[in-house]
Amino acid sequence: MNPPASGQWTDQRIEIWVGIMLRTGVTLAAAIVLFGGILYLAHASGPRPDYQHFHAEPAQFIQLGAILDGVGTLDPESIIMLGLLVLIATPIARVIMCIVGFLFERDHLYTAISTIVLAILLYSLFFHQ
Amino acid sequence: MTALDFSLILLATSILAGLLGSLSGLGGGVVIVPVLTVIFHVDIHYAIGASLVSVIATSSGAAAAYVREGFSNIRIGMFLEIATTLGALLGAWLTTRVPTHSIGFIFGIVLLYSAYASIKKRQDEHTQQQPDPLALRLKLQGNFPSGPTTHQDYVAQRVPAGFGLMTLAGTLSGLLGIGSGAVKVVAMDQAMRLPFKVSTTTSNFMIGVTAAASAGLYLHSGYIAPALAFPVMLGVLLGSLIGSRILVRAQVRTLRLIFALVIVALGIEMIINSVRGVL
Repeated sequence: MNPPASGQWTDQRIEIWVGIMLRTGVTLAAAIVLFGGILYLAHASGPRPDYQHFHAEPAQFIQLGAILDGVGTLDPESIIMLGLLVLIATPIARVIMCIVGFLFERDHLYTAISTIVLAILLYSLFFHQ
Repeated sequence: MTALDFSLILLATSILAGLLGSLSGLGGGVVIVPVLTVIFHVDIHYAIGASLVSVIATSSGAAAAYVREGFSNIRIGMFLEIATTLGALLGAWLTTRVPTHSIGFIFGIVLLYSAYASIKKRQDEHTQQQPDPLALRLKLQGNFPSGPTTHQDYVAQRVPAGFGLMTLAGTLSGLLGIGSGAVKVVAMDQAMRLPFKVSTTTSNFMIGVTAAASAGLYLHSGYIAPALAFPVMLGVLLGSLIGSRILVRAQVRTLRLIFALVIVALGIEMIINSVRGVL
């Protein structure tokens, strides 16, 4: 897939850039998860983890700072979580790209609509009761 | 079973689930959640957490391929994402309030409906009504290539009905950790009378953003277990990529029928387990 030639901004052009970004994001995320997964399997010993009863995952795999600390020590599960965070960030980056694209198109209505969607996404990530 | 064996069996099963989800058009999430809960006895919260991330992966992976064809409509998708993301927030919040067996029961019903929707013969019933004035104001229109040099124009109808159904699709996505592509397509194809190909490609485009809206609460509530999510996400992604390659070449009518039966069986199993309280 080639980047579109320069010229006027159109919906089609936004979509092509978005497509490239989505593919890059998902490939990067999958690569990180695969790396963490291989490390996990290399260290895996003992019986399968018990997922039959739900206990929320520890803060170590929830808070961004803690996950990054884990990545620093090459903790396999922290690396997997980092890959999953990249994956979750990909659609959010897509919405940001659309905001920029609509701005270039001078489409105020859709710049506003995309910004509402971004606000909902950021709210869901950062605000919890 | 050792952790290694468990991960490898999960990986193989997830590849199959991704393949099944892709060939049946239902999406990987609808298949992997019942497989994890019914066969592997995984708690439904962990199952929907692993499913949700695989849904984001397959949607983003597939959308990259669709945009080149020029069928998906980013405006219609973006406008309706207001509805699906708000719905997803509600659905994800409900998972922390609703008892496990209720989630399982609703999931079973959605499975049965999905199986029906996947085999139902589809006909375009696009009556030439007056376009919704709201649709014109929101620019919910477009055109798609209908031949080598020709384009066909379309305008959305019944926007409020479509928006309402999209809120439901988002709620189900957040509550069940699925993409709920089937409901999204109904909202665009049936309610808003958009061309089928526009509906399916735009729906796929919307799934990732919808799922990302639930991901924050899932993460915060500890539903995403890394050691479980890793084989599931990679497997479903790989399976659905293989599936989309096969789809281009194969006649899938018979396959769909067989898959629909598998989905019905899983749906009934989930409903029974929920009622018996063993899910």
